[in-house]
Amino acid sequence: MGRSDVTKQGLVNVRPEREALIGAGPRNGSRPKRRRPAESVVPEPEFHSYYGLPVLNKPTWEARDIAGYLFLGGLAGSSSVLAGAAQLTGRPALARPLKLGAAGAIGLSLVALVHDLGRPARFYNMLRVFKPSSPMSMGTWILSVYSPAAFAAAGLELLGSALPAPLRWVLPKTAAHRLSVASTLVAAATGPAVTTYTAALVADTAVPAWHGGYREMPFLFAGSACSAGAGLGLLAAPVAQAGPARRLGPVAALVELAAGRWMRARMGLASEAYEEGRAGKLMKAAEAATAAGAIGALAGRRNRLVSAASGALLLAGSALTRFGIFHAGVQSAEDPKYTVQPQRERLEREGPIRDGS
Amino acid sequence: MALTTTGQPAASAGWEDHPPRMGFFTDTSICIGCKACEVACKEWNQVPDDGLNFTGMSFDNTVGLGADTWRHVAFIEQRKPFGGQESGMDHEGTGGTDLRWLMASDVCKHCTDAACLDVCPTGALFRTEFSTVVVQSDVCNGCGYCVPACPYGVIDQRKDDGRVWKCTLCYDRLQEGMEPACAKACPTNSIQFGPLDELRERADRRVDQLHGSGVTDARLYGHDPSDGVGGTGAFFLLLDEPEVYGLPPDPVVTTRDLSSMYRRAALAAAGVVAGVVLSVLGGR
Repeated sequence: MGRSDVTKQGLVNVRPEREALIGAGPRNGSRPKRRRPAESVVPEPEFHSYYGLPVLNKPTWEARDIAGYLFLGGLAGSSSVLAGAAQLTGRPALARPLKLGAAGAIGLSLVALVHDLGRPARFYNMLRVFKPSSPMSMGTWILSVYSPAAFAAAGLELLGSALPAPLRWVLPKTAAHRLSVASTLVAAATGPAVTTYTAALVADTAVPAWHGGYREMPFLFAGSACSAGAGLGLLAAPVAQAGPARRLGPVAALVELAAGRWMRARMGLASEAYEEGRAGKLMKAAEAATAAGAIGALAGRRNRLVSAASGALLLAGSALTRFGIFHAGVQSAEDPKYTVQPQRERLEREGPIRDGS
Repeated sequence: MALTTTGQPAASAGWEDHPPRMGFFTDTSICIGCKACEVACKEWNQVPDDGLNFTGMSFDNTVGLGADTWRHVAFIEQRKPFGGQESGMDHEGTGGTDLRWLMASDVCKHCTDAACLDVCPTGALFRTEFSTVVVQSDVCNGCGYCVPACPYGVIDQRKDDGRVWKCTLCYDRLQEGMEPACAKACPTNSIQFGPLDELRERADRRVDQLHGSGVTDARLYGHDPSDGVGGTGAFFLLLDEPEVYGLPPDPVVTTRDLSSMYRRAALAAAGVVAGVVLSVLGGR
């Protein structure tokens, strides 16, 4: 401010610059009143942003790896549950392809998850901590129990059928058989957690289209997973033993469709991200495939081909849903309006205090 | 509101003997947009360059915070009066045009309730004894979960490296009793470093002072321990709405809803079991 002096005693009248009086003080009353500039023809924007740039950093995840895992993990988890139930109720021809499918899907999932890491060689650092505040940490431990069980169930299934037919009568008396039953049951018991923890994982972010759906996302994921698992059953099992898949598929498809619609209806502004761009196309295709698969499953009770086709449609619908949700999240993170507008409205409605809410 | 009590996240993180919570008060009213903070940060922390780009949108070619930008100076040109300042732009027939430039140095907020820290599945992100939030680069495996968890868009993944990076509040300098490089380099003291309690008191006085001198737009951002992230360790004095600077107006840490998410995920998992059981019992 130029008020300081250099003296023999050093600097005097130093005004710390952090106290600088900016803005030249209050407006002087004697100043001539200025006319406002002519009314602008450009309307006031609905919300302010910094040059339209996103507030958030968008997810760094690859769609193929992570949306792919959301689908495959759901497929694996629900297939294991259905396989366990099929085995206990004497439907080996349904249990077998579901066990093999679950192991294949979770195997691919693990590859995708490690591949998506910035440092794949450090994947084992996930096992350093057990951290309930991180759904990804919980998921790591769920998968650590589930995956070996799913692999063992599938491996022992293959081993059983690799035995020459005349020797198979010894099977029920072996330790391998007890291990097979145990691993099938462990996979069936942990499968449900595999299908729904991922909903908490994506919802536990600042991404508007994901966090905004945290109430409904677990039900959507459960429905989508069961729809995929039932789809695999319809696709791979003979009609005579596919009864459970034929009943589960349409119900799960209905839950998937209804939870998705309900979620978007309650989400507010961010639901637009599910209607636009790539996410919009994927969600529309997903709904069509899932609905067609459900109807096909009901209609094709006695027909192997119709059953298989509807199973494939349910699988496709589930996969499209997961990719649609993934892209909706990315789109909602890329546009500042989804972050700013709801926060601004909440602030004006409720005020800034949200301690312990 | 006088805010003299500051939570000590270091204590809740398990530090028994810890210094007071340290932080930044960035007073944007005296920022001159020189970007010395950006440069000092890059130099001290050996942050690699991320391209000399021309955005064409303003004097800001840095764009925003990320893996390779830990201080970012925002620049906004507005047709608004700045307190009682005369812009000297009295055009004939219009009666004059108001003009002000807003400049603000953004940085990691070092939240009290830090979403990045909560969701990190490896423990790479941790709470230091100064109550700041730091990534351990020898632990991070680049899972990327913290990136969409941050409500401010601060932390990001360095593509060629795979790990995530952000401001450490110069953890190494703090341990030696030195102030962070950006605060040290700031020529106007717009970036002020110190114990958070002290900074909050000083910030309250500064807002009163500015209001008294006619700058009625002045407001604090992130200073309130009862906000959605429990108050931030780096807070700001702004001259316009936060979103004008690219900041979220009212962020809430995502993990606040986590117990509800887990409950619903458990309920949905039970639904999977019920659905499958009914499907095998429901007939042939």
